[in-house]
Amino acid sequence: MKLYAVFVYLFLYIPVGVIALFSFNAGRHASQLQGFSPKWYGKALSNPFVMDALETSLIVAFVSAFLASLFGTMAAVALQGIKGPLRKTFDLLIYVAVMIPGIVIGIATLIGLVTVFDLLNPLLAALWPDGATPPSLHMGMGSLIAAHAMFLMALVIIIVRARLAGMDRSLTEASSDLYATPFGTFRQVTLPLIFPAVLAGFLLCFTFSFDDFIIAFFVAGSETTLPIYVFSSIRRGVTPEINAIGTMVLAVSLVTLAMAQILLRRGGRTPK
Amino acid sequence: MNSAGYGSGAAPKNSMIIAELRGVSKRFGEVCAASDLNLSIGEGEFLSFLGPSGCGKTTALRMLAGFETPTEGDVLLDGEVVNNLDAHVRPVNMVFQHYALFPHMTVAQNIGYGLRQIRPRIPKAAIAEKVGKALATVRLVGLEDRRIWELSGGQQQRVALARAIVNEPKLLLLDEPMAALDRKLRKEMQIELQNLQRQLGITFVLVTHDQEEALSMSDRICIMRDGKIIQIGSPQELYDRPRNRYVAGFVGTSNFFDGKVTGASQDLTSVLLQNGAEVTGRAMAEVSVGQEICISVRPEQIRLCRDGEGESVVVLNRIFLGEHTEYLVMHETLGEFLVLSPRQSELNDGPFNTGDALSAAWDVSAALVLDRN
Repeated sequence: MKLYAVFVYLFLYIPVGVIALFSFNAGRHASQLQGFSPKWYGKALSNPFVMDALETSLIVAFVSAFLASLFGTMAAVALQGIKGPLRKTFDLLIYVAVMIPGIVIGIATLIGLVTVFDLLNPLLAALWPDGATPPSLHMGMGSLIAAHAMFLMALVIIIVRARLAGMDRSLTEASSDLYATPFGTFRQVTLPLIFPAVLAGFLLCFTFSFDDFIIAFFVAGSETTLPIYVFSSIRRGVTPEINAIGTMVLAVSLVTLAMAQILLRRGGRTPK
Repeated sequence: MNSAGYGSGAAPKNSMIIAELRGVSKRFGEVCAASDLNLSIGEGEFLSFLGPSGCGKTTALRMLAGFETPTEGDVLLDGEVVNNLDAHVRPVNMVFQHYALFPHMTVAQNIGYGLRQIRPRIPKAAIAEKVGKALATVRLVGLEDRRIWELSGGQQQRVALARAIVNEPKLLLLDEPMAALDRKLRKEMQIELQNLQRQLGITFVLVTHDQEEALSMSDRICIMRDGKIIQIGSPQELYDRPRNRYVAGFVGTSNFFDGKVTGASQDLTSVLLQNGAEVTGRAMAEVSVGQEICISVRPEQIRLCRDGEGESVVVLNRIFLGEHTEYLVMHETLGEFLVLSPRQSELNDGPFNTGDALSAAWDVSAALVLDRN
């Protein structure tokens, strides 16, 4: 049984290790190790296409994580006040939202957005004053951010809800008893206490969005995120440059995930 | 005399009424947590709600604080109906059972929290001064920059107290504040709390299930059961003139003998006990011949001696308690009951041992005829 587990882990992690190893390949072939050199990292970082894609990915990840954290926290706090079957329904829907495969979300978002754009664009054109070119809604950074933020919101809700549930209800009552308005209580008591969870949620969302290929592939329009760039260059053959990019993405994700984990651990340990 | 035991207690003596419950009921769905509570709380009074868990005492407190809205009836503060006033606008503060101190703030920040919420803003210096005073009152000077989790249970309790009294509330509500402390600390805090209340003159309303706590601290006690107020009165009133068996059993310990009224004249009532014995007692409420009642005799009201008048009993068990000794004795017809003998009577008569045959006697006025409920 132990041996079996070892094989499972080897199967999972050897390819990742190989990519990291080959990213330091001195040679130009992805499958032959010819000495160590960091030159492919330099090459990747000086490639304007890579840097463009990286910039897009960072903006999308940052903005969608921010929006998801903001609205997710608001939703989590609001859900705290709901009881009974309605709450159960919401809980179920949130878990379902996390479980839905990315490809389904991607296709659904694409169809949804296209339908809405097709409806809105003629309307905008009709409303626009003569002479000026009416704005045309289309796929791009906006749709990417929207799709990611929607999908990631469920994640933030789950994380923040867990933290809220662990919070002593009498703390908010005490705050209210000490003359704080409901908003004052949220700002001075609830938010500081759930903030580690919100931040952890933000970091998780950031990595999810930064790594995401499937949803982005459907809704990115003409934009290229880093995973989309990697995918399209693989079709031209795997170079050590791709390995270097992959390894950098992996490093960023692991560091962010570790930070999120530390925040959640620390936040969950309420001093008594 | 008859109804005096419980009718008079609903209003405080010689003081302005500061808070009032008028026919207050609270239902949570099907459950009735409080029903038809009527009570006035006087200025500067120390009032306790006493009862087992689930008796509605905490619900009553939470309605005064503004965390619950009564289903029926009115809650009044300073003569005004405040039913729909939220907790944050009521001039009332609460000490929570587990203190509910804010873990992300220091001691001083916790204490100053209420003052910081007041608009227009109180100047920082004034807040700091008040916080300093409150710290001195609860004897925590020097700990202002500590974190909450660096404090002991007793210190946390004091911070919770300081956080409430610094606002000079009209009413200070305490929800089982001593439940989390160990016995020795609890005794100390009880004395301290009482001193604090006299010193500040703030009205205290305490919720507790600890009868000793309620008896030792309160001016008046409100005994509750199943969401209803059973009796309100001073600790002495409740002890000497309980309304029914429940109160007599909850406030102190007592021996109960079930029986039926056979004759009632003036203050004295004759009772035929279930085991055939005939006893005379003092009725606490109106009784009629044939009514099923019980007789209550406090253990310390019973005298034991070797050869004297009284009923003959046999000692079954003896527990030495220092200034008192507790005996469990057996009577031929009355059955087993408890006797609490002062040390002096043992010194006079020599210690009574298990198996000794003695006589037990009590005054007619010590036998209370009570409602069985």
